[in-house]
Amino acid sequence: MRTQKTFFDKIKPQFQQGGKYEKFYYALEAFETFLYAPNSTTGTRGAQIRDGVDLKRMMMTVILAMVPCLLFGIYNVGYQHFLAIGQEATLMEIIGVGLYRVLPIVVVSYASGLGVEFIFSIIRRHPVNEGFLVSGMLIPLIVPPTIPLWQVALATIFAVLIGKEVFGGTGMNIFNVALTARAFLYFAYPSEISGEVWTYIGDNEVVNGYSGATPLAAAVTAMNNGTPFTDVLANTNSVLAADYYSFANMFFGFIPGSIGETSTLMALIGAFILIATGVGSWKIIFSVFAGAFIMGLGFNAIGVNEYMNMPAHYHLVIGGLAFGAVFMATDPVTASQTERGKWIYGFLIGVFTVIIRVVNPAYPEGIMLAILFMNVFAPLIDFYVIKANKKRRLQRATV
Amino acid sequence: MSRTIKLKKGFDINLKGKAKTEVVEGVLPDTYALKPDDFQGINRPKLLVKEGDNVKAGTPMMYDKMNDKVMFCAPVSGEVVEIKRGEKRKILELKILADKEVEYETFEKFSISDLDSLDPEKAKELISKSGVWPNIVQRPFGTIANPDETPRSIHISAFDSSPLAPDYDFIFKGDEDYFQAGIDVLNKLTDGKTHLGLDGRKEVSKVFAHAKNVEITKFTGKHPIGNVGIQIHHTQPINKGDMVWTVSPSGVVQIGKLFLEGKYDATKIVALAGSEVKNPQYYKTYNGACVNKMLENNMASDQVRVVSGNVLSGTKIDKNGFLGFYDQLISVIPEGDYYEMFGWILPSFDKLSFQRAFGLFSWLNPGKKEYVVDSNTHGEKRAFVQSGVFEKVMPMDIYPTHLLKAILAEDFDEMEALGIYEVIEEDMALCEFVDVSKHNVQSILRDGLELLRNS
Repeated sequence: MRTQKTFFDKIKPQFQQGGKYEKFYYALEAFETFLYAPNSTTGTRGAQIRDGVDLKRMMMTVILAMVPCLLFGIYNVGYQHFLAIGQEATLMEIIGVGLYRVLPIVVVSYASGLGVEFIFSIIRRHPVNEGFLVSGMLIPLIVPPTIPLWQVALATIFAVLIGKEVFGGTGMNIFNVALTARAFLYFAYPSEISGEVWTYIGDNEVVNGYSGATPLAAAVTAMNNGTPFTDVLANTNSVLAADYYSFANMFFGFIPGSIGETSTLMALIGAFILIATGVGSWKIIFSVFAGAFIMGLGFNAIGVNEYMNMPAHYHLVIGGLAFGAVFMATDPVTASQTERGKWIYGFLIGVFTVIIRVVNPAYPEGIMLAILFMNVFAPLIDFYVIKANKKRRLQRATV
Repeated sequence: MSRTIKLKKGFDINLKGKAKTEVVEGVLPDTYALKPDDFQGINRPKLLVKEGDNVKAGTPMMYDKMNDKVMFCAPVSGEVVEIKRGEKRKILELKILADKEVEYETFEKFSISDLDSLDPEKAKELISKSGVWPNIVQRPFGTIANPDETPRSIHISAFDSSPLAPDYDFIFKGDEDYFQAGIDVLNKLTDGKTHLGLDGRKEVSKVFAHAKNVEITKFTGKHPIGNVGIQIHHTQPINKGDMVWTVSPSGVVQIGKLFLEGKYDATKIVALAGSEVKNPQYYKTYNGACVNKMLENNMASDQVRVVSGNVLSGTKIDKNGFLGFYDQLISVIPEGDYYEMFGWILPSFDKLSFQRAFGLFSWLNPGKKEYVVDSNTHGEKRAFVQSGVFEKVMPMDIYPTHLLKAILAEDFDEMEALGIYEVIEEDMALCEFVDVSKHNVQSILRDGLELLRNS
């Protein structure tokens, strides 16, 4: 690797100011700092030492926290596939199918997103920020396994461009980048991201009586038919397995859904990593769950239809609530930035998720819209929290 | 009965190479220097000496035309050998080649009982013409106080919580009378009270705990608990329109010596510490001393950075550089100008981090392990991303991220509203240390302070 370094030293002058490839300086910087932590030292005045952490390491910690979700997602895509077509399969076959579907999506997401990042770093002359390392992994985890790859690319490019770069890049964006991609897909290609898309079938025949309905769809059915939610769940896909939609299965994640979001358990493992490392805010994660549960209880109390009667704890395991709470709501850039604000921000995400789910069945999943909605309100929450701080200061003053 | 204030936020940086409690005397350099850059807020410096002039300790060498009563005086007697200038003829160093035996300018002498009836104007005049006045720093802005003003209160922190900090109880042992005299004089200068912040984490301080005529408050917590700015915030916060003065214990002792001995005694015990020092210990020297004699044959390697002051808010100096006016510590740490392959991801037990991100394990042994930390930035400058971490090391009711953004936007009203008057660089030094995006937080803050000061 020493030769690599001399290689960088040799070509670097051409990229510096006045050099032939001056424009591409930040592109080179991105590669160089990936290989080597830079030799820059602290300034003459001020802090002479710096913390060992940098943005790259921070982002890697988040990616690490997503790995359980990714691995389980790969397994579950294969597992659902063989369940739906009624075949027995070995673990290797299951993982094979999972990898076959998931890997290309990950590659496309990273390639298209980083492409935009690099182009912008050249045009706008700013460093390639590491934020996309996380977004690029989040996007594959929140799309269905059947999604066409070109849609992944398009959504990613849209999200990085409109969701982030137009605001000035990482750190300046208003909306969570990965959710912007998801929302784009949802509104631009509704048919590809709703209905029978949650299980990869391929060219195979499905088992007789199979339904691709997710628990969220089952909840809507329950409401429309007036049958209790748990009965609908018990009847859905009972041909595949008697307890296909048991609470445990939904908690562990053996249900169809977006690639990485089905397992509440894996999201909680991720939450544990994020909280233990201090990267994610436990206040937000906890208050999203609390908000959703309390709103669920509230609907139980009203109870005019069967969706409202759904036991509140089911809200926590169906759909992407757990995944969204852990990985999306905690995005430090788009979340509320004050400690007090984080409680409000998280709580309202939970509340709105359940409201959107129950009251507006046109959108089966509420967490995406709830987080995007609260992204918009986060600065307002902060504004008032900070205003209180200013007021305290002003009250002390005598002039 | 003194009050105890407990604070939770902050971070103690435990570095290798703490100074042994032994004082070396007689290792004195040939040259001393007065550096205008040590002081904040000198707008128009005017020289009073030329190269070749002979000065005594306490002879005025320079003053600021905007604050012209305050003299900056020679710390030792000798010959002015060089007036070093930088760009635009900015004065950098006034170098003095010291005499063997220090001669002092003589000022009026007082007995302890005289101090009771001391006239404030006379006290101010004496302090400002003798060279001791620059020890009095005003808040907001952290500039040298103006003798024509009267502060709301005066604040002294009797301990230093920064990395490798010198032990004030050790340094000032035997200076109790001077310290008390200094406080008595300072009491004349304010309409309000003089506050003294004691370290609540230690045994009762022998030197400071018995000080009289002061409002004593004990503080427990982590660094920056010893910063006077944090202590002011929790005892009597600075509001818009308020002005307070702060003095370091060494400044108080110098004021006391001036009145009791009638001379500007710039003697100072400084700690030489850090992982690259072979024998970290204390040295008795004078303000502005050249550090070369102390470092001679005393460094573990050549690739070092010598810092006058602590490693969080000090100033990098040459190996032949001079001790800063306010500094009581010389830190020597490894220079970090190396590349580290995959340094951003490889796990490490040796990297110190406030945070617990992947691969950084320093949080596993808090407070016990002594770290060797070099001057490498460990990463590149990036956009502000992480929020919440500044707040964890800032034990004040202030939003650091928002304050910094207000400064960058040059939004005057916002800066004021967010409390910029309550902080100076050292109070936000830990923010700079922990910042994942590697911003120069302290210099941003200084820019903001200067914007407001000159507005």
